Amino acid sequence: MASLLELVDVSLSFRGVKALNALSFAVAEGEICALIGPNGAGKSSLLNVINGVYRADSGDIVFDGSRFEAIRPGRAARLGIGRTFQHNALFRRLTVRENVLAGLSRHGEASFVENIFRFGRDGRERTDFAGRADHVIAFLGLEAERERIVATLPYGIQKRVDLARALVSEPKLLLLDEPMAGMNQDEKRDMSRIITEVNRAFGTTIVLIEHDVGIVLGLASHIVVLDYGRKVADGTPEAVRNDPDVIAAYLGTVH
Amino acid sequence: MTTIQDSIPEAGPAEALPSGATLLQIGLVAAGLVIAFGLVPSLASDYWLSSIIIPTVVMGLAGISLNLLQGYAGLVSLGSAAFMAVGAFSAYNLILRVPGLPLPAVLLLAGLIAAVVGVFFGLPALRIKGFYLAASTLGAQFFFPWLFTNYPWFSNNSQSLTISAPRLEFLGYDLQSPLGRYLLVATVTALLIGLAFLVVRSRLGREWMAIRDMETAASVLGIRVARRKLQAYAVSSFFLGITGVLWGFAYLGTADAHTYNLDKSFQILFIVLIGGTATIFGNFLGAAFIVLTPILLDHVVLAANIAYLSDQGAITNLQRVIFGAIIIFILIKEPDGLSAWIRRGVGALRARLGR
Amino acid sequence: MAYFLETLIAGLFAGLMYGLVAIGFVLIYKASGVFNFAQGAMVFLAALVFVTLVEHGANFWVAFALTSGLMVLTAVAVEALVLRPLRNRDPLTLFMATLGLSFVIDGAAQFFLGTDVHMLDLGIDDIAEDYGGLFISWFDIVASLIVVALVAVLGIVFSRTRMGVSLRAVADDTLAAQSIGIRLPVIWRIVWSVAGVVALVAGLLWGARQGVQFSLSLVTLKALPVLIIGGFSSIPGAIVGGLIVGASEALADIYLGPLVDGSVSTWFAYILAVAFLLVRPAGLFGDRDIERV
Repeated sequence: MASLLELVDVSLSFRGVKALNALSFAVAEGEICALIGPNGAGKSSLLNVINGVYRADSGDIVFDGSRFEAIRPGRAARLGIGRTFQHNALFRRLTVRENVLAGLSRHGEASFVENIFRFGRDGRERTDFAGRADHVIAFLGLEAERERIVATLPYGIQKRVDLARALVSEPKLLLLDEPMAGMNQDEKRDMSRIITEVNRAFGTTIVLIEHDVGIVLGLASHIVVLDYGRKVADGTPEAVRNDPDVIAAYLGTVH
Repeated sequence: MTTIQDSIPEAGPAEALPSGATLLQIGLVAAGLVIAFGLVPSLASDYWLSSIIIPTVVMGLAGISLNLLQGYAGLVSLGSAAFMAVGAFSAYNLILRVPGLPLPAVLLLAGLIAAVVGVFFGLPALRIKGFYLAASTLGAQFFFPWLFTNYPWFSNNSQSLTISAPRLEFLGYDLQSPLGRYLLVATVTALLIGLAFLVVRSRLGREWMAIRDMETAASVLGIRVARRKLQAYAVSSFFLGITGVLWGFAYLGTADAHTYNLDKSFQILFIVLIGGTATIFGNFLGAAFIVLTPILLDHVVLAANIAYLSDQGAITNLQRVIFGAIIIFILIKEPDGLSAWIRRGVGALRARLGR
Repeated sequence: MAYFLETLIAGLFAGLMYGLVAIGFVLIYKASGVFNFAQGAMVFLAALVFVTLVEHGANFWVAFALTSGLMVLTAVAVEALVLRPLRNRDPLTLFMATLGLSFVIDGAAQFFLGTDVHMLDLGIDDIAEDYGGLFISWFDIVASLIVVALVAVLGIVFSRTRMGVSLRAVADDTLAAQSIGIRLPVIWRIVWSVAGVVALVAGLLWGARQGVQFSLSLVTLKALPVLIIGGFSSIPGAIVGGLIVGASEALADIYLGPLVDGSVSTWFAYILAVAFLLVRPAGLFGDRDIERV
């Protein structure tokens, strides 16, 4: 399978600390790739670089055939890169439905005048957006909450709204930043099932960050292990599980 | 396609107001129109119209204008009055130099000119975030009074640099009387309220609120943040321009550059604060407060017969203290303003009545 | 050329006075993270109380001490009634609270002490003397010395005393500072008191120059560009910002003024500030905030 995403020698520093150190790996189209590693290994920074929230100091990113040194978040979105956030960057004062609708912004073509006065392309856009939003809301079991203001919802539901918002625009590549953080085992199993289903049903390539290694070994077909911003292992779950460098990174004996 | 059904905790009290037009909302709008165009004109005295109702409605409109920018799009502005000035002076010059323009066209063009100016002063928003943005609109607030004072051309070279209201008329109807001016103000306001709702309930309004709540996430979703911010300045300033014309022509009668000063911008800011951010009707609550408090205070002072305070300066200062204290109080107790307080009250009432 | 130098020097001195007022803002911003719109009102209040005491027979030092005492009381009241209830709110809310506070202070000051203009004589000559082509007055020199002394004293306090170090800790990381036992309300009361005394000094100098009247309160509006340029959290920055604004305003009036047939100093500083923000969003000396997602 062709690689949808490739990182070539990407480095990033914050106030003197190297968050990412000459990182290179490739993600094949249609696969689920998990990024694991101890805290502070640079995983969130990596996602931020891929979709343009941070600008790498050096190195390139190749997405869907196009090569970038840096990309702006809006452009990344329009190319079909979607993501969820570790700390739930939901639009707090909007409802679930409005949050999901906002996720469709990159598909909007009507001008603002058409939007305001409800003519031209706005009508078609409204029905189209509403349909897509309803579909994803149903898919993720959020119908009961659709008119609730997200700030009032429990954490687990918020995480699903975040996912719905990222999913609704049918991205080619979906970056999930700790989608199971704060969940119990049952919830994690459900989220795992959702992720698998999204990948199967829509063919979305998924890159996710996750701490629960057990879940990850069952969910992902490709695992990349990071430690101190460097790649420590890169391969199938079986290969990674038995890699001594990986074990050492987690246990802290070799640095 | 699998759907995942989780057990979800019982729905709590916080629900968004229904976004479709419900029977109740249609009823309220109808009632509002009846009151505005039926009851008020027939019952209100000239004094009430001229001194209380017209300024309240116009300042409420000013509140809506600022609310669109600050409450919905999250962009700070301390220069609202400056854009009102641009509208007023533009209208004056249009009427003066382009003969035969009907009143609606004048209002529309004045609004558009103010919108363009607003976009210009909003450009820094593309790079500057948060509170620092106040510097740009504050700059506008100092620039325009200077501009209109320094170049007498804007006020037709009048000695006192004032602009006075033209003969207000439309389709042959004379709008000079208090009633006429009220109808003008009410009609324009009703139309602009309608426009405000259209804007806020459109994709534009939704994306503004997204940018307000979490800008990074908004850009990550593909929302064109820069474009939306400039559109916010454009729409808000359009509203402010028209408001400025109404304030100068339908309420005051004459205006000069200093009519639309920093104090006025602060008043509008207070209206938004008191009435509530991200509301439309709340602004009229705030405006009522701003307009009525000085009047009430005057009456209280008169009634209490406090000779000490009959000095106008002292009353003004007392008003200042009261205003300031109320601002602080509202910020502490009810940061979302009176409309949130009312909404909560209504919610509690509904809960009490058992839905 | 001499004309340019003259204007520049005059502008610099004016800028130093701006810087003096800006110091008060910096102190409060460092400790509470808020732009204190009421600082100008505090300058006005301090000057008005002082001048009223003097007019009722108090000598300079007694008046100074009593006024300082009042500023301390004001600081305590503000901390209890405004700052503490609004802890952890966003900067815009805090700014609006200080806006409300400025109304309260301005209104109360004039309600109790009247709206007349008072002349304030500090006994320092304000007549420009010719120093080899440059016109400087004794007042300019004294004012500059006071500002320098103030900056030096504050600098020493921040780096050598426990209180100063605590303040810097609070400015750096409020939660961490609290977790090692620094009590925020105490810090806030102290900082606002010091800011109040600085306001008094500024009020005396400004009041001597232009009389003690309500317009003194409006120096706040000049402070914002000064702070934007110099950074909100640096005292030397406030001075540098003040110098830049003062000098630019004076030069702009002389050189741009004729082009537009009027004085541009009412708004020029703001355009300058916006230009700075576009290039250096944190000001010359300020802290750059990194936005973490």
